[in-house]
Amino acid sequence: MSNNNSLMAWIDARFPLTKMMEEHMTKYYAPKNFNFWYMFGILATVVLVIQIVSGIFLTMHYKPDAALAFGSVEYIMRDVPGGWFIRYMHSTGASAFFLVVYLHMYRGLMYGSFKQPRELIWIFGVLIYLALMAEAFMGYLLPWGQMSYWGAQVIVNLFAAVPFVGEELSVWIRGDFVISDATLNRFFAFHVIALPLILIGLVVAHIIALHEVGSNNPDGVEIKKNKGPDGIPLDGIPFHPYYTVKDLMLVVVFLMVFFAVVFFAPEMGGFFIEHPNFEPANPLKTPEHIAPVWYFTPYYAMLRAVPPMFGSQFPGVVVMFGAIAVFFFLPWLERSPVKSIRYKGMLSKTAILIFAAWFIVLGYLGVKPSSPDYTMLAQVGTLLYFAYFFFMPVFSSAEVKKTTVRMIGSAVSVLATIGMIYYWFNADGASMAMTLFASIATIAFLIIYLIIPAFYKAESIKPVPERVTDK
Amino acid sequence: MRKIILAFVMAVLPGLGFAAGGNVHLEEVDIDLNNKQSLQRGAKLFVNYCLSCHSAQYMRYNRMGRDLGLTDDQVKENLMFAGDKVGETMKIAMPSEKAETWFGTAPPDLSVIARAKGKDYLYTYLTGFYLDDSRATGVNNVALQNAAMPHVMWDLEGLKAPIYKTVVGPEGEEHQVIDDYKYMTKGKMSPAEFDAAMRDLTAYMVYMGEPIQQTRKTIGIWVLLFLFVLFVVSYYLKKEYWKDVH
Repeated sequence: MSNNNSLMAWIDARFPLTKMMEEHMTKYYAPKNFNFWYMFGILATVVLVIQIVSGIFLTMHYKPDAALAFGSVEYIMRDVPGGWFIRYMHSTGASAFFLVVYLHMYRGLMYGSFKQPRELIWIFGVLIYLALMAEAFMGYLLPWGQMSYWGAQVIVNLFAAVPFVGEELSVWIRGDFVISDATLNRFFAFHVIALPLILIGLVVAHIIALHEVGSNNPDGVEIKKNKGPDGIPLDGIPFHPYYTVKDLMLVVVFLMVFFAVVFFAPEMGGFFIEHPNFEPANPLKTPEHIAPVWYFTPYYAMLRAVPPMFGSQFPGVVVMFGAIAVFFFLPWLERSPVKSIRYKGMLSKTAILIFAAWFIVLGYLGVKPSSPDYTMLAQVGTLLYFAYFFFMPVFSSAEVKKTTVRMIGSAVSVLATIGMIYYWFNADGASMAMTLFASIATIAFLIIYLIIPAFYKAESIKPVPERVTDK
Repeated sequence: MRKIILAFVMAVLPGLGFAAGGNVHLEEVDIDLNNKQSLQRGAKLFVNYCLSCHSAQYMRYNRMGRDLGLTDDQVKENLMFAGDKVGETMKIAMPSEKAETWFGTAPPDLSVIARAKGKDYLYTYLTGFYLDDSRATGVNNVALQNAAMPHVMWDLEGLKAPIYKTVVGPEGEEHQVIDDYKYMTKGKMSPAEFDAAMRDLTAYMVYMGEPIQQTRKTIGIWVLLFLFVLFVVSYYLKKEYWKDVH
């Protein structure tokens, strides 16, 4: 027995190292047909590590004090050796995190990775997404620039719109009547301790759940259903070494893009670091145009799209948070017997593209100052964002069942559409072209989501193969 | 699919009109951050004309000297009036509360102003002072209407009065815009010299906004080259391992 083996034996008698390595690496069988879309999970892990490591170094030099914060960031940029590099990694990492997470979520949406038996993986994932949003939002206050300050002011004020307890709630969150030193200190505590702990815990749960049921793949075939005589899935390959070497290559490609931004365009034209954030926070000077960072803009556009009702912004707040909460219900809204988009019908394919396209349009609108036309377009976007989830049980199910339920749903949708069009034609300020576009778009989508499935009773599902199709 | 494309087009088209943002026309300016002489001239203008009301409290004198190719002694002799130690940052003696009563607003710190406003804004602002009797300072500015700042470089540029022309807006309304300038007093510099000086000053302020910016690009090239080599190695490693996956 070599020294190495005896050392392992010594450890294994005290800690299940070999067992864990086998369970999660060398004897974890992953489908051999992962495509490009499957790299974003590992990339998200890489970015998490980048954020934690760069964050630790930033914390050594940053001062969470309203009088010193802005200056300490410039101190990091100028006087701390390599400080600029650490800071740019962290600021670029924030945007990179959302980019890979959005693509990771879209992958799940396309290949049905949230469907039975992976509902809990998906729910842990949505919780990670929520924690990440909180983490990013609180971290954004720390540089104490104008956008940090006023962005936080706008978002915390949303809580003031909650009926009855709103005012007290927002003061409780801020620890003051406006964003101030007290707010900065508590956001710092949440950003560097509370939320990272929650994030890491959730990521571990996400991976444990994944390794329990096994990975999905672009064909949506359960590889565990086709095992060889040795009990190993015929379409599975050990995660290590096959996917570790493949992921290594993909991580290098990702790092090339990441460091190209860090070294050559850290501001990314004002999208990763906003220009007004180089002005120190000034509670007396409201900026002309307050825009959140790009990864929040789809939701910001939805918030602004909903007009205040009864003098309260609360409906907009409900819509914004609802747009995220709706992800939790996805595993039960999607009724298709097949997982992968490859074997679903035209309706599902069209619907997912419409959803993705409007998500991007909403993101674009959230960056822009609002105008009557943009508000109307954002209303169309918000409507169609929710329509995707609302009609999912209809367009994803192969057989038409529960006709009464469907009839009521259809009637409600038709009435809602007529109501929206009536509202748009009476809205002030928007151009006629935009009004017509909004109305036609809504009717067109109603036809796609509602009328087509009513006539074509079965979604044209293709047969799913027994084994995965390509490697 | 066509609907998606249409949606994209409809979404993007109205945006193009607003792309410039605001209604101030900014002059585009080319600067060269590798031109050390230009940066040195800009630094000289900066410490002489800006650094008595404005601070640059995150910029150290010796860091500037190092980056601009000057020794500590050269910096001390030529560029330091306010501080006495070369390792100090560019602070000023004027307290900001006093400044607020004198000017109506405290002159902002200029360390990172170039990153907040952009080079074109700075250049337009610096070259944009024109005579306006309605202002207490006697001048107004094209980049920032009713700016509180006086034209501190009037002795260099001279004072210029605007010549207006009438333009017709998209809805038929007429309004006056500045077409050209007429110099009312002569400055120490010709208009061309002053323009070049303001380019130098803009370049210096862009440098000061992020002193590392040129170095970072140089390092970046080496980082990407290293990653490229690593990619080639990892690509063949992956290929070798995946040979037996069918």
